[in-house]
Amino acid sequence: MSALADLTACDLRAKFRRGETSPTEVVRAVFERIDAEDGRLHAYLYLDRDAALAEAARWDAVVRGEDAPPLAGIPVALKDNICTRHSPTTCGSRILAGFRSPYDATVVTRLRRSGAIIVGKANCDEFAMGSSTENSAYGPTRNPWDETRVPGGTSGGPTAAVAAGEATLALGSDTGGSIRQPAAFCGVVGMKPTYGRVSRYGLVAFASSLDQIGPIARSVVDAALLLEAIAGQDPADSTSADVEVPAYADGLITSLRGMRLGIVKEFFAEGLDAGVAAAVREAIETCRALGAACEEVSLPHASYALPAYYIIAPAEASSNLARYAGVQYGHRTADAPDLVTLYSRTRREGFGAEVKRRIMLGTYALSAGYYEAFYLRALRVRTRIRQDFDAAFERFDALVGPVTPTSAFRLGEKVDDPLQMYLSDVYTVPLNLAGLPGISVPCGFVGGLPVGLQVVGRAFGEQTILNVAHAFEQATEFHTRRPPRGRAARGASAAKRAP
Amino acid sequence: MARVDAGLRHETVIGLEVHVQLSTASKMFCGCAVAFGAPPNTRTCPVCLGLPGSLPVLNRRAVDLGIRTALALGCHINPVSQFHRKNYYYPDLPKNYQISQYEYKDHPPLASGGLMRVSTGDEVMEIGIRRVHLEEDTGKLVHAEGRSLVDYNRCGTPLMEVVTEPDLHSPEEARLFLIHLRAMLQFAEVTSGRLEEGTLRCDANLSLRPAGGPHGTRTEIKNMNSLRSVERALRFEEARQRQALERGEEVVQETRHWDEDREVTFSSREKEEAQDYRYFPEPDLTPLQIDAPWVDRIRAGLPELPEARRRRFVEAFGIPEHDAGLLTATRAMAEFFEETVRRFVKPKIVSNWLIGDVAAYLNAAGREIEELPLRPDHLAGLLMLVDTGKLSGRSAKEVLEEMLRTGRPADAIVQERGLVQISDEAMLAAVVQEVIVEHPGPVGDVRAGKDQAVTFLVGQVMKKTRGRANPAMVNRLVREQLGVA
Ligand SMILES: [Zn+2]
Repeated sequence: MSALADLTACDLRAKFRRGETSPTEVVRAVFERIDAEDGRLHAYLYLDRDAALAEAARWDAVVRGEDAPPLAGIPVALKDNICTRHSPTTCGSRILAGFRSPYDATVVTRLRRSGAIIVGKANCDEFAMGSSTENSAYGPTRNPWDETRVPGGTSGGPTAAVAAGEATLALGSDTGGSIRQPAAFCGVVGMKPTYGRVSRYGLVAFASSLDQIGPIARSVVDAALLLEAIAGQDPADSTSADVEVPAYADGLITSLRGMRLGIVKEFFAEGLDAGVAAAVREAIETCRALGAACEEVSLPHASYALPAYYIIAPAEASSNLARYAGVQYGHRTADAPDLVTLYSRTRREGFGAEVKRRIMLGTYALSAGYYEAFYLRALRVRTRIRQDFDAAFERFDALVGPVTPTSAFRLGEKVDDPLQMYLSDVYTVPLNLAGLPGISVPCGFVGGLPVGLQVVGRAFGEQTILNVAHAFEQATEFHTRRPPRGRAARGASAAKRAP
Repeated sequence: MARVDAGLRHETVIGLEVHVQLSTASKMFCGCAVAFGAPPNTRTCPVCLGLPGSLPVLNRRAVDLGIRTALALGCHINPVSQFHRKNYYYPDLPKNYQISQYEYKDHPPLASGGLMRVSTGDEVMEIGIRRVHLEEDTGKLVHAEGRSLVDYNRCGTPLMEVVTEPDLHSPEEARLFLIHLRAMLQFAEVTSGRLEEGTLRCDANLSLRPAGGPHGTRTEIKNMNSLRSVERALRFEEARQRQALERGEEVVQETRHWDEDREVTFSSREKEEAQDYRYFPEPDLTPLQIDAPWVDRIRAGLPELPEARRRRFVEAFGIPEHDAGLLTATRAMAEFFEETVRRFVKPKIVSNWLIGDVAAYLNAAGREIEELPLRPDHLAGLLMLVDTGKLSGRSAKEVLEEMLRTGRPADAIVQERGLVQISDEAMLAAVVQEVIVEHPGPVGDVRAGKDQAVTFLVGQVMKKTRGRANPAMVNRLVREQLGVA
């Protein structure tokens, strides 16, 4: 039975239709896997078994029909910064302990409409700040391939859940690489759509101009299906774009003939692990073999992306996170004698070190007298980076390169060195600054750890990068490998409660 | 325009920031209803409460009203404007930032560079409008029994801010400007303009400078919530600064609050460190693009503004400039006038009653005409009674008094009080006969040519009829019976 937990959504849909299994069986299998593995991995912060089973029962009869909604009966994990009605949403932070959102995020509404079954809320770095999921106030998630290593971040929980069969699909959020980097570390497909492609309504904001919700899956087809379900303009999000959503999954192709791929020169510079470099170069050769014309391309301002990002993202975060002050909801310090003490103690107690670091950085960057030197300058860099990409896309259909400089690092290895941690996002951040879509697809292993290939597309060119990733995936077998299972479950997660 | 008091050597410079609550059905960035006086926290949603994950969506209707105002003030409407976040902590501000459109760096507000003309009898003041921008309101703190409670109903209520250049030179000019601005906003149907509900709020900057000299240090005065308090607060502050300067002291740049009860301005106690609001472009809203067709559509639908209506009143109804000015001081008064004239087509008479008895009553009561129960058709009814001789002018004043208080129609009051004018000639002739018999002295005087004695006799008839006799008819009958026509 447990093999059900390892199947893709596509396979499950076929089995449902043939009457070989049912949503109830699949959800049971997924919870069995969670019981067996999550004590070790800690992918979830909150589970709702009863609601998931009740939902599954509702779809049992429907899924055999021709007109069953696209994700009917498919178990999905949500990163804990996506609001779900009446259940906890903590963003991995102590300051939101006890908070239950009174509403569903737009993506959640769309998932429910598509028949998806929400398994629970998955762990993440506090307010999506970090690169390893070690910054969660509720303890780190571990990499299913090697439990001494991080799953990446900040969507470490949902990504580990998908890799380990604790969910079939997941939604994460990507502000500077937070879907693609953990996808690469955990050997699954992770995609950041174009900014504006997916509604952010109900995604707890970290950096509003960079955040984007995206799919995490075990195959490109699955990622395409999930993106199709959540994409499209939303009247509740002014920054969501009025651009038609194609039937991504139906449009996938397996040949790259006629496709022009640009190999980003700056992504193969100093700091790139030799093993990762080799795997990515080999993947590019595979693309060439599939008919793609591959040529080097330069993004001259890419090296300024990280510094610009670490001005813009903290600046927006310092403002977005100001609302967590103990007045309306979440943590409030005990017996503050006055208002200022209430604010400062609540925030001191509620936020972790990385969040405080970025709030201070952002506050400083926006302060009168520093605004021009930092924030405005970073915006100008952002424009240059966008122009670099525009120029590249005049010659190429998509750009390729590594997702991360290294494979998954060890837990604790970089916690005390924020700058080292930040470098983990050096190849992913430029896309967020430019608002472009990118996907990570498994392209090899180094020392038993997965490596990802990043494919970057034009704005709203998701179909193209899905095509490249799909063709590559179908030509290789990396996506079929599954991480080792825990020798023995160390304590079931049945008792997992809302933090 | 500058008024320089030579004896005092200083010139007053005033700039105003007027916050206007826009007449929209829903809030600035969400669909919640804008409602005054609803039970606390019943008009809120995730967006106006700033809950995690919520996002603002701009109310297009509020932009329409902003454009209307900008057009009425002759401003340049910026084709692209940007919302900003103004960051500061306060419990009535759920996100701890306010979404506003401050003119900041290279991001312009909705509209800038307008002009308002205000005629003050013999001359015309010209007040520059620096900008018109949109923003959201905050909630309200309620302090009770040593605790502080927050009502978020007002959060996200659409506000427009009209900021003038420092072109005003006396507290009186400031008050006049506000009266005209309010009328304009009411005529443009941008706001109800009711001060007591906080739909118009005003802050002012005031400084003194040597005549023609460089600008002096200014103070910002807040918490003025009526036209009268604006004038009084500015008068107090003007005198306070003048005294300081005359004593050789320096004026401190600070924020001062107006204490309505004690009639003084006082310095805010909190330290006046320049607050750093860390403005930056609101990333949750795309830049506001206003194209020419949008502006044209608003322009085409722009209602008649006070200036135009005043001119029309003079030309179409033949009433004096001065009267027309008073009748167009508020939209409600102008509407009331026109409604009444539609039913009783003697504009000058309607105007006389409105700017006379009715205005006196409003002033004494400190109310606006739309707050009274009096209706235009009822006033027309009253004037009709006078015009057709069914009611004497004196009785009419008495009837109006009750109409203003109760809103009842004139004829009902007249009936009830038995005030119908007696124009029955036979009946009045009998009363005149009685009076002539009872007052031989004055009768003799009349016959001897003393005409004032006629007035006395008429008065006696009026007295006998308790004021209900038609005075013109009585006058004629007295003369006829005494043969002195
Ligand atoms: Zn609301």
